[in-house]
Amino acid sequence: MAELQLNVNDAERRVEAAQDEPLLWVLRNKLGLTGTKFGCGEGQCGACTVLVDGQATRSCLTPASAAAGAKITTIEGLERPGELTPVQEAFLEEGAFQCAYCTSGMVMAATALLREHPRPTADAIVEGMNGNLCRCGTYPRILSAIQRAAEKLARREATHARA
Amino acid sequence: MRVPENVVDDPTERMMEVELAGVGDRIRMFELDRREFLRLCSGGLLVTLVAGSGVLEAQESGRRFSGHPLPQQVSAWIHIDADGKVTVFTGKVEIGQNIRTSLAQQVAEELRAPLASIAMTMGDTDLVPWDMGTFGSRTTPTMGPQLRTMAMNAREMLVEAAAERWKADPGKLVAENGRVMNPATSASLGYGEITRGEKLTRTLAGDPALMPATEWRIAGTAVPKVEGRAFVTGKHTYPSDVVRPGMLFGKVLRPAGFNAALVRANTTVAEKMPGVQVVRDGDFVGVVADDVWTAEQALLKIDAQWTVPPQISNAELFAALKKGAGDDGQSEIAAAMQNAEVKLEQTYTVAYIAHAPLEPRAAVAEWTEGKLTVWTGTQRPFGVKDDLVRAFRLAEDQVRVMMPDMGSGYGGKHTGECAVEAARLAKAAGKPVKLIWTREEEFTWAYFRPAGVMEIRAGVQKDGMLTAWEHHNYNSGPSAVGTPYKVANPVTQYHEWREAPLAQGSYRGLAATANHFARETAMDELAHAVGMDPLEVRLKNLDDARLQAVFHAAAEKFGWGGEPSTSRRGFGIAGGTEKGGYTAACAEVEILADGKVHVVRLVQAWESGAVVNPDGLRNQVMGAMVQGLGGALFEQVQFANGKVTNASFAEYRVPRFKDTPPQIEVVLIDRKDLPPAGAGETGIVAVAPAVGNAIFAATGKRLREMPMEQETGNGD
Repeated sequence: MAELQLNVNDAERRVEAAQDEPLLWVLRNKLGLTGTKFGCGEGQCGACTVLVDGQATRSCLTPASAAAGAKITTIEGLERPGELTPVQEAFLEEGAFQCAYCTSGMVMAATALLREHPRPTADAIVEGMNGNLCRCGTYPRILSAIQRAAEKLARREATHARA
Repeated sequence: MRVPENVVDDPTERMMEVELAGVGDRIRMFELDRREFLRLCSGGLLVTLVAGSGVLEAQESGRRFSGHPLPQQVSAWIHIDADGKVTVFTGKVEIGQNIRTSLAQQVAEELRAPLASIAMTMGDTDLVPWDMGTFGSRTTPTMGPQLRTMAMNAREMLVEAAAERWKADPGKLVAENGRVMNPATSASLGYGEITRGEKLTRTLAGDPALMPATEWRIAGTAVPKVEGRAFVTGKHTYPSDVVRPGMLFGKVLRPAGFNAALVRANTTVAEKMPGVQVVRDGDFVGVVADDVWTAEQALLKIDAQWTVPPQISNAELFAALKKGAGDDGQSEIAAAMQNAEVKLEQTYTVAYIAHAPLEPRAAVAEWTEGKLTVWTGTQRPFGVKDDLVRAFRLAEDQVRVMMPDMGSGYGGKHTGECAVEAARLAKAAGKPVKLIWTREEEFTWAYFRPAGVMEIRAGVQKDGMLTAWEHHNYNSGPSAVGTPYKVANPVTQYHEWREAPLAQGSYRGLAATANHFARETAMDELAHAVGMDPLEVRLKNLDDARLQAVFHAAAEKFGWGGEPSTSRRGFGIAGGTEKGGYTAACAEVEILADGKVHVVRLVQAWESGAVVNPDGLRNQVMGAMVQGLGGALFEQVQFANGKVTNASFAEYRVPRFKDTPPQIEVVLIDRKDLPPAGAGETGIVAVAPAVGNAIFAATGKRLREMPMEQETGNGD
């Protein structure tokens, strides 16, 4: 065990963690951020997706020590007081979930995707999101939600540009 | 053989006659429950429903019937407090099928109260009446009407109480939006004000007159998922997210194979690791530690030897299955077959598949002064409670199971192994323990949708009229083994296999998927054999207007018959009915240059009576279509010598974004004149045969094995 300093959701946090301990367990069990989910532990389902310096990252395969010094964003870090992000809003508006256990990972992966490709084609969304599993089969709605989020972001940018 | 007794018998497949003698005892038990409950409540109006009501149908039984005071006659409570807050208490649980929302809508409708005033308390065994479990598409047809009856009666009581206070005629008062109003005087009282915090109770019996669906204003509408915001912000607490003070994390040592016996386990190294406690009890070996990582490392340090008896592999499965399930090879429709102008005799198979819910089994167990509390993900909180009572020889009132809305089940979370394991670890550790199964454990030590062999013998006349029908299902189950097509003296039979090599249990739709695959493929084969359109042959042999209607609706939306199949593009159709749901699917497949199949379009029509929530219903039906593609094309549990050999998402392929048809549509038929049926399951049954039939239309190759990957190359 060693003490690590992590920047999570814009806050500096100190935790004790073993050298290879996955970021997922540190976030969930040592920092109380249970919005990030365990789905497989092998990087195959995307339920544990967080952003590390803006990049979608599988927290189950990433040692916490490797994320020290980086900016880590979890699902809990997206919302500003009373305000959801366009991606979160779009998931709600499209009803893009059933059990919603995949939703945190989907929202994080989609957030990263839209940062990289603000106006993605349907094919680009499918390609970019293929590593995230939804066992309830809500992919068509998630696809619509990401398209809707892209439109919201574009509108927001247009508004900012005018302002 | 590793076949847990509690998952083999699905009560929806084998309903037992309900023993109604001794109802008095059960009512007495209920009275005790209710007194305790009232003590907990602050006061207000409590409505319960007991035996005698025409709407209260005995709950499904058949599982662990003995020793439990079943069926209890009370299925839910509704409480309205002095602030007008309505709490509904039901043993049904939310696993993604959206009943937290759809049941609340129905209560709001009958109570004439705002949806936001209604909270659902679900699956907490200390607070809700006993319930068999959430499966079999039973919530909507059984719990729905019961809650509506209670809500309607609550509304009547409130109106009567207001009338008494105002010395008015109750018939002249109006209940609306959580208030009772007197239009003559403009007087108005909120429901909470009427109860005045007093304990009013009413025990109902008698036939209800529920609001017809044509007059629904809250039910029947696309209300968004209740508490949806908690799911997009990560705030919802799933069973695996529960945290208790001082909680430790557990891991369990798994055998080297099914039916293995422990020879020895050396735990010395693990025991010496700081903060690690090893728990041993016979063949049960587990560890607990302050964090998951340490527990995982400690488990790896345990050196265990097991003996695993020789067991069959999936390569030998179907031969063993046919032998074991007692096939005598004799046709029972020989005469009818002899007279048929065109004959079909074919065998179809389905593989074992896994539910693979994204949230694996998880439990947090806590012992406090002899009382055990477990938070766990299960479709049967009271079943898990029974497991715990038995495992630890506790009294009923010493165990509480709570089920936070969980990360899905699809019929795969009926059992309580994880809860019992967590409780064993917690008892030994003297602290609360969380146990989350790994994905490999979930793929190996859960149970599976049974594999099966289906044999069909059928005859038609050249005009497409069915004249002979025989359908045998070996091992996968009896659901939907009967045919909806009209034919004289059909023989349909399920043959049980008691020596199944993998633990078998419920799955979305049960055997209806396997039996629909066989039947709807066979119907397609017959249509092609007589040179007729597959839809036309089906309609010609159907009397069932509801099934005809979904076939017409799907075909119309899809444009069936508009364009002929080619060697690169095929169209297929299939349909059926089960559990009160009617479905028909049309599929369009594209055959790629390398021979692989791409499902490019799926259109499915659905009818299950009056629609309670069209958005939730569409979501369920579309989800079932996507999930159904996995079993149709590539899902298959591989096993050999007591081990699952593809126990990961890397090796066991489930549908992903890329597998989802770019065009996918649901056509809902809203039959407001019919009571709502459950819709979580049957939407899956028509997908595989529709896709298989489309592949045949393009390639001329008939696929009779699910998954069809073996023959399409779609497995990689």
